[in-house]
Amino acid sequence: MTKTVTDVVCPFCGTLCDDLEVSVTDDGKQILDVYNACAIGAEKFLHSQAKDRITRPRLQQPDGTWKDISYDEAADYTAKMLAGAKKPLMYGWSSVNCEAQSVGNEIAETCRACVDNTAAVCHGTTLIAVQDIGLPTCTLGEVKNRADTIIFWGCNPCHAHPRHMSRYSIFPRGFFTGKGHKSRKLVVVDPRVTDTAKMADMHLQVTQGQDYELLNAFRVAIRNEWLPDVVAGIPKEKIIEAVTMMKAGRFGIIFFGMGVTQSLGKNHNIDEAIAVTKDLNEYTKFSIMPMRGHYNVTGSGEVLAWQFGYPYSVDLTRGFPRYNPGDTSSIDLLNRGEIDAAFVIGSDPGAHFPISAVKKISQVNSVCVDPHITPTSGVSKLHVPVAFNGVETGGNAYRMDNVPIDCRKVVDAPEGMLTDEQFLVMVRDRVKKLKGVA
Amino acid sequence: MAKITLNLISGRTIHQGVAMEGGKEKDLYRKAAGIIEMDDSDFKKLGCWKNTNVRVTSPYGTVIVKAQETSQGPHPGVGFIPMGPWANQIVNPNTYSTGMPTFKGVPVEVEVAMDQPIILGVELVQKACRGEL
Ligand code: SF4
Repeated sequence: MTKTVTDVVCPFCGTLCDDLEVSVTDDGKQILDVYNACAIGAEKFLHSQAKDRITRPRLQQPDGTWKDISYDEAADYTAKMLAGAKKPLMYGWSSVNCEAQSVGNEIAETCRACVDNTAAVCHGTTLIAVQDIGLPTCTLGEVKNRADTIIFWGCNPCHAHPRHMSRYSIFPRGFFTGKGHKSRKLVVVDPRVTDTAKMADMHLQVTQGQDYELLNAFRVAIRNEWLPDVVAGIPKEKIIEAVTMMKAGRFGIIFFGMGVTQSLGKNHNIDEAIAVTKDLNEYTKFSIMPMRGHYNVTGSGEVLAWQFGYPYSVDLTRGFPRYNPGDTSSIDLLNRGEIDAAFVIGSDPGAHFPISAVKKISQVNSVCVDPHITPTSGVSKLHVPVAFNGVETGGNAYRMDNVPIDCRKVVDAPEGMLTDEQFLVMVRDRVKKLKGVA
Repeated sequence: MAKITLNLISGRTIHQGVAMEGGKEKDLYRKAAGIIEMDDSDFKKLGCWKNTNVRVTSPYGTVIVKAQETSQGPHPGVGFIPMGPWANQIVNPNTYSTGMPTFKGVPVEVEVAMDQPIILGVELVQKACRGEL
């Protein structure tokens, strides 16, 4: 016999779908199938069952082989490393629950570490822009029920947030959007003809790296002022047509992604996108929302902000929080060689940082807390596998629109494995003893 | 041998996402992310078959990946490597004081490297860190 766990939350992307159903064996130990999830979400649940999974912490030996150790020894090693370092970096946090993030921040404060989350390589520039000029935003529920004009700018939800369109932005029939996708207009701005762009009513194939120029042209067009014939590869007529469509809707929203945050212009691209949103509010109701990547990167920003006042790239080395992206941000700290220990949890900088920064992680003492084998665990001195968040343990997470959702535990972790939070508590207690504050 | 210049961007694909969750040490991850998607017209300029191994070189590094016909084109002059260790060998690490590396918009040169192997994800990063590449 099997049983079905309902209303399961998917711990992969910022869409944080909360309608999954997972069938498990009667003893609650094994996942048999996953329903309602997209391909990535389903794989996340199913891979947690892999037979070749690492279940005990292991230390990398000088010859590249691994030696299994106990969680106690792993916590000792981690605590000693963090307490003894001058400027440790504690990076990641986006695939762990808020409860564990909070314990991590306590360790960071005690050890005077730099704490950063994956916004550093994702929506960090968005956070800077929001601090610059604010963010007129809404929840995904409002999008589902009200939005009739959807703009995807530099993002490709078909691939990166596969159920975003079916749950919230394009297909669902909401209170005021009863005809589903027929009641919505879709504009996509992307230098490639992405699978999202192929569905659009209008695709603006912007010249890569010229989003700022195009956004600026939108602001000019909104004001009916003079425009050159072509801006960023887009003819003026198309810009005017897009703006007219945006003004004509009753409720519009701009979703934006890495296309604008990671291209040159960075935070200034977002400044301009937010300014477009503000301008459009002279004519109709418009909102804007970043397409956050990891399922709880938003939560990490929230927890850091309420504990230290800043959402990412927080430097506690002086005993109080400082924040100055470009200076206190992970990539810059690593590239400048300022870090003497690296603690990575719930993310994989080994795969997703430029290689020059990864090399710096491999040159210092390092601990990687991750259920998977990853490029980061491959170059770390200690790899601590833990239970999968949202699969083998619950905990709180924030959706991309800042709505907190409690994840559900679906199955037990393999015998003897700890959760992130349990491991962090062990490290915290040891660090406090070493620092004499316990 | 012909060389072409492209503007490189990186980003998520659903295959990369699935393969990543399936295990970054596995071959499926290399097949999903150890590739460069190019436009048909750029294949003609380079003068090679689809699914040939190529060397992609930027001012910041070099990497071997498989050249595939883009599924999300046309985008002449633009190359796309899914986010991951292969793209990150060659992206621009400069943040220009914003904290954010320049993952999109990196000028690269592409040349045929038929007999060179595409290294598995975890191994690629380990080798790069040990200076063995
Ligand atoms: S869209 Fe995102 S949250 Fe929803 S099932 Fe897919 S990966 Fe999970």
